[in-house]
Amino acid sequence: MSTEAAAEQTATNNEVILPEMYTRIDAIIEKYKDKPGSLIPVLQQAQEVCGYLPHLVQRYIAKGMNMSPSVVFGVATFYSYFTLVPRGKHVIRVCLGTACYVKRSEEIIEKIKAELDLEVGEITRDKKYSLEAVRCLGACGLAPVVVIGQDTYGDVAATKVMDIIKKYD
Amino acid sequence: MICAGTGCVANGSLKVKDALETELIKRNLQKEVKIVLTGCNGFCAKGPVMVVYPEDIFYQLVKPEDVPHLVEEHFIKGRPVQKFLYTPPADKNTIPVMNDIPFFKHQVLRALRNRSLIDAEKIEEYIARDGYMAAAKALTEMTPEQIVVEMKKSGLRGRGGAGFLTGLKWELCARVSGDIKYILCNGDEGDPGAFMDRSVMEADPHSVLEGMIIAAKAINAHYGYIYVRAEYPLAVQRLQLAIESAKDHGLLGKDILGTGFDLDLEIYQGAGAFVCGEETALMASIEGKRGMPRAKPPFPAVKGLWQRPSVLNNVETFANIPPIILHGADWYASLGTEKSKGTKVFALSGALNNIGLVEVPMGTPLKTIIYDIGGGIKNNRKFKAVQMGGPSGGCIPGSLIDTPVDFENINKTGAIMGSGGMVVMDETTCMPAMAKFFLEFTEDESCGKCVPCRIGNKTLLTILQRITNGEGREGDIELLLDLSQQIKDTSLCGLGQTSPNPVLTTIKYFRDEYEAHIKEHRCPARVCTPLVKFVVDQSKCKKCGQCFKACPAGALKWEKGQVAYIDPEKCTKCKSCIKACRFWSID
Repeated sequence: MSTEAAAEQTATNNEVILPEMYTRIDAIIEKYKDKPGSLIPVLQQAQEVCGYLPHLVQRYIAKGMNMSPSVVFGVATFYSYFTLVPRGKHVIRVCLGTACYVKRSEEIIEKIKAELDLEVGEITRDKKYSLEAVRCLGACGLAPVVVIGQDTYGDVAATKVMDIIKKYD
Repeated sequence: MICAGTGCVANGSLKVKDALETELIKRNLQKEVKIVLTGCNGFCAKGPVMVVYPEDIFYQLVKPEDVPHLVEEHFIKGRPVQKFLYTPPADKNTIPVMNDIPFFKHQVLRALRNRSLIDAEKIEEYIARDGYMAAAKALTEMTPEQIVVEMKKSGLRGRGGAGFLTGLKWELCARVSGDIKYILCNGDEGDPGAFMDRSVMEADPHSVLEGMIIAAKAINAHYGYIYVRAEYPLAVQRLQLAIESAKDHGLLGKDILGTGFDLDLEIYQGAGAFVCGEETALMASIEGKRGMPRAKPPFPAVKGLWQRPSVLNNVETFANIPPIILHGADWYASLGTEKSKGTKVFALSGALNNIGLVEVPMGTPLKTIIYDIGGGIKNNRKFKAVQMGGPSGGCIPGSLIDTPVDFENINKTGAIMGSGGMVVMDETTCMPAMAKFFLEFTEDESCGKCVPCRIGNKTLLTILQRITNGEGREGDIELLLDLSQQIKDTSLCGLGQTSPNPVLTTIKYFRDEYEAHIKEHRCPARVCTPLVKFVVDQSKCKKCGQCFKACPAGALKWEKGQVAYIDPEKCTKCKSCIKACRFWSID
């Protein structure tokens, strides 16, 4: 990490990025630097490293890829895959596709919001869970669908969803 | 053959496979019985499903703990196990053989020709089913012109939604001179309620690659991208494997099959933006930019990716191409209607008994798809409408159930064919709320480049929110109609030009529901909570007590033989009682 980046990090104390993360991001930038159109894969992989895309990291990537930070920010905010806020240990994703909507997946979201006391896109205070509403996951045969981490749950009832969530600690 | 599609895996099909392996070894049958994991079988509602050959016996809803019993009965005693056979709704007799089941019987498999027959991860199995024969024919026996002529003659139209003639698209690009051209595959299946492309990529990735090789030869492209949603990790993994094994077999890369033709394919993972299904937006996205569409012309066939001539086709379109080249255009065009040839894959979901993926000839009546294949509406409710074409499409009402499903007839209803999602709705769906749902989607997914889409759709949404909140005003319906037409006429790309369709079709066919919301402050489907009074209609109540049992708040008062009553003080408006009541007696 350059001294400049370190100074920036002290300036915005909320974002803690470990030196080890910068090393890994350096490797990603190095791999894609000369390949046109590779900002999206770079951001995807950087997000895997940090769990989200902190502003500092966006700037760091912009510098490495020789782009203006506004271009990086523009792409990072355009696509729903990218998140600018940290995620919980377990990410709860509720499908809001048409098939799930017809089967009342909105009620599942309302239930989770009330029980965990958070809004969509937020993280619980203990950082255990975060909640996301997602577009069709292509598992319409199982509607309504809830995905927790890597596990897909089909035919979920609003009354039962908390029992499933509580299995993840 | 155990289904390892996303639906069945979520229902535990891999555990069933492990159990089956263990059991077969225990009984020393591992040499007699071969287990194959296949791609999506299509009958997702009944997962995990498996098919046993050669008898073609279809087993559904199999759990790991049932496996010993199944092995004992089927493989040792040689009789199908009744418990796991399919039983049609409203019937007692089981149907053991897969192709006798109505869900499968009415289907004609072309794009899905290898369904439940091959292991998607083994190229040998694809080749054994005539795989790459068409590519070999195109590369060795046909000129690019001949390929284009054959494709035009087949009448195949793009399966991504707009229905442009595939052969014509190729011809336009083939005519443009240029040493660098691109062949692109659109696997950014974004329509909610559509999962056919996912299934093709997961179950038969080589059919997509083979279609791309043929297209590349036709337009003389040597490089291509497959753009896949990041939400489809299994599809990415299977395609990657398919590309590698095709390369190992000399079917991709330099000098394919010794013909001197080169083609390199690369997977590009999308990052989640519905608008990237639009071709110019998709190309911008591959270039690493925000996926925003641009005005056409110049068309991508002339100036596409990196300003080079490019052809973009949908996954299902590519999967259709090898059989056309192999069996000829006349064979392909023998099915379908005058202007819509061949078959189409549909993703059935919603309030149906049989949910899943089906492929039927163009022109099949909606009724056959919903009642014969789909098995009718769940819980004996009434069919209200089917939503086709996702956020760009519309709702087709019950009165038009005899409509033949092809591009022309679906367009006439105001909906569109789209990529093939069919979401079936029963009487518990509120149409203005449905329109609102789609506008929420569009508002969120609009890229923001042009004003009609960015602000117009937002305004449509505001009006719909007002209506479903019980604050609808006189004249709102007319305002919606007028604004919708303007958005359609003036938006830059397909997203904005079609986004008002859900509003227009629901007003066209269900205007009375809008009027009930606005004038009577009533939601006929009891979906819009602010408009539900939570009062039991004395004249309709059958005194059954189902609502009493369902209420979690203790707000319902009921005794045997008495009409129920809801205590407004205790009622939390959770609607459990409305769902429990089968007589629509709670308003």
